[in-house]
Amino acid sequence: MTSQTALLTSPPTDQQLIDFVVSEARMIDMQRFEEWLDLFCEDGHYWMPLEWGQTDPRLTCSLMYEDRLLLKIRVERLKGNRTFSQKPKSRCHHVLQTPQVDRRDEAANLYQTWTPMHYVETRFDEQQLFAAWATHTLCVEDGRLKIKLKRVDIVNCDAAFGNIQLFM
Amino acid sequence: MPRYTGNAEAVRGLIREREVHRDVYIDEEVFQLEMDHLFANTWVYVGHDSQIPNAGDYFGTTIGSQPVLMVRHGDGAVHVLFNRCPHKGVRVTTETCGNTGKFFRCPYHAWSFKLDGSLLAIPLKKGYENTGLEESEAIKGLTPVKHVRNYRGFVFAKLNDTGLDFEEFFAGSLSSLDNMIDRSPAGRLEVAGGVLRYMHNCNWKMLVENQTDTCHPMVAHESSAGTAIDVWKNAPEGTKKPMAVEIFAPFMSSYEFFEGMGIRVWPNGHGHTGVSHSIHSDYSVIPGYFEQMSAAYGEDKAKAILDENRHNTVYFPNVMIKGPIQLLRLFKPISANKTLVESWTFRLVDAPDVLLERTLMYNRLINAPTSVVGHDDLEMYERAQEGLHVDANQWVNIQRLYSEDEKPDVTAETNGTTEWQMRNQFRAWSKFITMSM
Repeated sequence: MTSQTALLTSPPTDQQLIDFVVSEARMIDMQRFEEWLDLFCEDGHYWMPLEWGQTDPRLTCSLMYEDRLLLKIRVERLKGNRTFSQKPKSRCHHVLQTPQVDRRDEAANLYQTWTPMHYVETRFDEQQLFAAWATHTLCVEDGRLKIKLKRVDIVNCDAAFGNIQLFM
Repeated sequence: MPRYTGNAEAVRGLIREREVHRDVYIDEEVFQLEMDHLFANTWVYVGHDSQIPNAGDYFGTTIGSQPVLMVRHGDGAVHVLFNRCPHKGVRVTTETCGNTGKFFRCPYHAWSFKLDGSLLAIPLKKGYENTGLEESEAIKGLTPVKHVRNYRGFVFAKLNDTGLDFEEFFAGSLSSLDNMIDRSPAGRLEVAGGVLRYMHNCNWKMLVENQTDTCHPMVAHESSAGTAIDVWKNAPEGTKKPMAVEIFAPFMSSYEFFEGMGIRVWPNGHGHTGVSHSIHSDYSVIPGYFEQMSAAYGEDKAKAILDENRHNTVYFPNVMIKGPIQLLRLFKPISANKTLVESWTFRLVDAPDVLLERTLMYNRLINAPTSVVGHDDLEMYERAQEGLHVDANQWVNIQRLYSEDEKPDVTAETNGTTEWQMRNQFRAWSKFITMSM
């Protein structure tokens, strides 16, 4: 897969932002979770709201609102010998619509994309399908695109789900 | 061929002193008896009155398998009504919650009902003249649940006349609800933050038993809490311990810790873990909170309230609360092998927002379908639901720290790793399910 080999020397093009989002999803599908973690800024977050149109991750509950520490715990746990809910392991699959670049703010070093997607997570004979929109807030750090915030709004975010164990 | 319906002896035979038959978890006939009797003869949690602050506000939920509405009347009282139009059976409300104004109006034929359920009007009523409508079931309107009790905001209902009155049913166990409510300087809670809904392919009782199962955290949650501790160890020295680690780490406490924290059982299937201390005892102090509590209650009483750190309190049949976290989990039975878990959170009125932030973080990290701790537990429940179909052994063991002189329906404090509370629940199960047979 294409990864960011060459460092950015000028603000990212729209195509570079789109490529980043697409390759990020591919990294999850390939379960390259440690590399995936490195895509997040030090203060980056992964947010999966519980409410439709949720604006506050702090005083409204979310399905996930994770900083790098919590994401790291998840990634380490997935590998654990005594992680029985991952014996056998889950697998996942993303189908993305072409990401749209919604915001470019070179002065603030902030870029935002919006990506409708279908996500499948499977384990044993069970397969679950989710429809969601991913909103990536990205910035450039040391010549690389990084995730400040990945927000995943599931279309039925308030439904009663069974286990969701990987990352959308 | 029914084996249990109408046969109280057979139902009682499912519960032995030290083991219970698998049919209490996997048999649909037993499940139906639970719906018809157990959930009708006991006081079941409906909702919190802060969900319906104004006249006409309603909230739809279930008691066992029965759809009901909790509604605020014009006089401020809370009523609970069966959510079924007396005409054709249509569910009267469409949203889970909302405001219906001064009356309910069925969306099918516009029959309308006062907030206490009584019939208000029928369009083209002359069509019912001389038809004997006054003798019909329909004239009664939306059937009210007769036995409703609002305890400091927590609304419980009992469908049948059979059973115990509210005070006798709950007895000393209300001290856990009191403690959770008293943690607000105003002595009031409000539902806040949204409800987490998590579907479980297992029997509802497995979840209830898990609440006082203190021999599983260090085993089943090694993968999540243990990993959290390991990851935290690698943080640079001097980093402030994050709230998330404060929440995760105590799950890995030793057997000795859980033995020492104690379990208290009450009559009628209620009980709690964490008599002297619990996994919630060592959370960081929230600036300004104790001062607010002292101003409200005086320093001694404030200290007494906050020193009580009960872990999980089970209200039989299907509720668990965590006072120090302001959390209530409702285990809603759907079928013998399916349970909807609702995890509700509360704001302590007049307390700092950071407390609600911690409550919500706890709920997200422990009780969400995306929670690693939840994944650990559900995996075990689902394996049990499957394993119980093994015919070679049809009994589930609940005899840890059993003693011959253990009496039913007593209040007692004992070792924190006992399974007495599980036995307590099954004794209550046997008593209440057969009470109306």
